[in-house]
Amino acid sequence: MKRRWNVSLWAGFLVVLSAPVTYLSFFVRFPATRDVPWATLLIFAAGLALIARGLGRAYREPLLYRGKIAGAILLTLGVAVFGLFGFGIFYLARQLPPSHGAPQVGQKAPDFTLADKDGNPVTLSKLLAPGPGGTDRANGVLLIFYRGYW
Amino acid sequence: MRLIGISVDPPETNREHCRRQGYTFTFLSDTNAEAIRLYDLLHERAGEQGRDISRPAEFLIDSTGTVRWMNLTSSFAVRARPDQVLKAVDDLGLARASRM
Repeated sequence: MKRRWNVSLWAGFLVVLSAPVTYLSFFVRFPATRDVPWATLLIFAAGLALIARGLGRAYREPLLYRGKIAGAILLTLGVAVFGLFGFGIFYLARQLPPSHGAPQVGQKAPDFTLADKDGNPVTLSKLLAPGPGGTDRANGVLLIFYRGYW
Repeated sequence: MRLIGISVDPPETNREHCRRQGYTFTFLSDTNAEAIRLYDLLHERAGEQGRDISRPAEFLIDSTGTVRWMNLTSSFAVRARPDQVLKAVDDLGLARASRM
């Protein structure tokens, strides 16, 4: 009897691969699926469960299903992809400098002058200071520091 | 309230980025990480090719130049949400309206 192709193994592996891809291309855009990547973790869980199911089949019914070796390899790779994602999100992303010297609430914000995107110098204190006639004054500034390298 | 973005990218990169993203707020280039160092946000060798970059951070500064709210995230995958910032702005009684 010809053994069946163990579709669950391969489908599961594709689902596992889709988890980091959909995280980076889609889920990362929304705070609800980025701050805690629950959707991505669910996709990983579904994919790994499918691989495990396929591997179980291959071992329980070896005459019916193929994939003992492929299944073991795919499960190992799937766990590795999951591990890399978890390492990146839950460890690497948290390796940030302590920033003990950052200005705290109630302290003066250090002044600076930097070039805007057209090369014109912009000074923080000048943005906050009243302009001629006092109409040009910003009520406040939200400074957003980015990692950059877009 | 005025938004000011800062990164180590040169002005040309920021111009292109703002155009692509549709950002109309001020975006500043801190290529030598001067302001980033003043705010103690330098993340050494974390950029491409081991270049120094800024860690993500947000500071709300009032018209007297005083920090009124700040957010230093514990993970660069997590940033301040717009609703958090707007709540801080409202709680402090600052006007939301922007003069770009």
